[in-house]
Amino acid sequence: MPNATLVLTPPAALRPAPPAAPRPRRRRPWPLGAALPLALLALWETLARTGALPPNLLPAPSRVLGTIAALARTGELWPHLGLTLARVGAGFVLGGAVATALGALTGYAPLARRLLDPLLQGVRNIPSLAWVPLFILWMGIYETSKVVLIAVGVFFPVYLGLMSGVQGVDRKLVEVGRMYRLSGLALVRRVFLPATLPAYFVGLRNGLGLGWMFVVAAEIMGANKGLGFLLVDGQMTGRPQTILASILLFAVLGQATDAALAWLSRRLLRWQDTYSMSEGPGE
Amino acid sequence: MLRIEHLGKQFGPRLVALHDVSLQVAPGEIVALVGASGCGKSTLLRLAAGLEVPGTGRVLIDGAPVAGPHPSVGFVFQEPRLLPWLTVRQNVEFALAGVPKAEQAARSAAALARVGLTDFADAWPRRLSGGMAQRVAIARALVARPSVLLLDEPFSALDPFTKMDLQAHLLDIWADDRPTLVLVTHDLEEALVLADRVVVLRSRPGRVHGTFAVDLPRPRNRTAPDFQAQKQRLLEALDVGN
Ligand SMILES: Nc1ncnc2c1ncn2[C@@H]1O[C@H](COP(=O)(O)OP(=O)(O)O)[C@@H](O)[C@H]1O
Ligand SMILES: [Mg+2]
Repeated sequence: MPNATLVLTPPAALRPAPPAAPRPRRRRPWPLGAALPLALLALWETLARTGALPPNLLPAPSRVLGTIAALARTGELWPHLGLTLARVGAGFVLGGAVATALGALTGYAPLARRLLDPLLQGVRNIPSLAWVPLFILWMGIYETSKVVLIAVGVFFPVYLGLMSGVQGVDRKLVEVGRMYRLSGLALVRRVFLPATLPAYFVGLRNGLGLGWMFVVAAEIMGANKGLGFLLVDGQMTGRPQTILASILLFAVLGQATDAALAWLSRRLLRWQDTYSMSEGPGE
Repeated sequence: MLRIEHLGKQFGPRLVALHDVSLQVAPGEIVALVGASGCGKSTLLRLAAGLEVPGTGRVLIDGAPVAGPHPSVGFVFQEPRLLPWLTVRQNVEFALAGVPKAEQAARSAAALARVGLTDFADAWPRRLSGGMAQRVAIARALVARPSVLLLDEPFSALDPFTKMDLQAHLLDIWADDRPTLVLVTHDLEEALVLADRVVVLRSRPGRVHGTFAVDLPRPRNRTAPDFQAQKQRLLEALDVGN
């Protein structure tokens, strides 16, 4: 009777496959996703140049780039850029740190979860911008209130990602840790931490995205420097090219910081058995 | 040596998973535990490994009562349970926490060579087939040189060929150091190929129903008439009281 089954066993099972040869370097695929934006840009440029688009409402892309170049040349750009980055950075670190501590605690300890999570979920349901007047009243119009607002935005995705990540750690792998006499911090470091990392990174990336959203809000509320200030300034002075330049810079910075996190996550999660990993390095 | 004395375990107020189980396994002996699903085989093994706390009775390993996971006990689960973020080598070295690095490297290399996976030492577990992953799990369980190895349906998820391959392999490895082996299985043929003794458990509550001495010389040949005769006898023994 086992013989009948044997016939069905694929011969590949007889010998383990030899280890994979070093992977040949993959050619980067042609960036198909760039085609449509480029075409739209070309169309926009032509329409703007022929005067079909009113320049006081929608200036040509070349003019927007020119505005950025001019801002860079005069040196005016760098304080705006630097300050916005610093606000997002500070808010991300602050919100991320608090979220990491609370997310780990509520994920690990059911008692802490029952105590804290309902409150935090309740607070999460308050539209975060509703805090603005209160923060300004408490902390003034300057940096503290802005950083705290950004931190609030960053907090929730990181908190939720980490908490669900810790809760989702495979009990069976934890048991392997216990079998080899790990406990306490050693168990956290060798099992919980790596097992949680994928969910944590998803939370961090979502949190960073919200951080960029909230910095815009914070800077529109009141600032005399920063990319958000450029937005308001462009509107007040009737210069759409400044507004578009600022939007473009937000897009580039947001994309760049997210790419940095994605790169870090790919490096740390090389072991993951996922579809995107089987495709090798790449977005 | 493994000695189980009047072991009992209850989950909740109603569920008696094990009731007054006693069993002694001699050094180097191979015992197979068989019995219907839910009769407490895994619970028995987990108690012996110190992964659960007994309700009544106790487990002694080499004369010392078990109070938690112990370096002289190795455990192979039904699934390989490799840590996906560690390479094959690091997974094996996971069992050697506290051992100096150089010694860890030497011992994991030897353990991987023993299961024929030297070439995969630096691979991620996701690259391994089911049979290879389970061999890594065996290497991890044995690298600390336990005197008792507990295996909970270690080959039940494998295809028949890989299964036979690994059974032969386990016997090979066992022949080196002769650890005491206790193995849970659903596969009577597996029990007869490997074990000196088959212990039959009954459920509700989980208890020892009887013991069956396997009277076959090693190495065993599954197609030989005396093997088939033993299988027939074991089947008959299992039917008693059904
Ligand atoms: N951690 C647990 N909590 C509650 N019940 C359990 C637990 N572990 C096992 N059981 C119960 O104990 C009985 C024996 O389980 P187990 O030892 O896994 O059986 P087997 O391995 O023989 O199939 C089953 O009824 C099972 O549902
Ligand atoms: Mg079981």
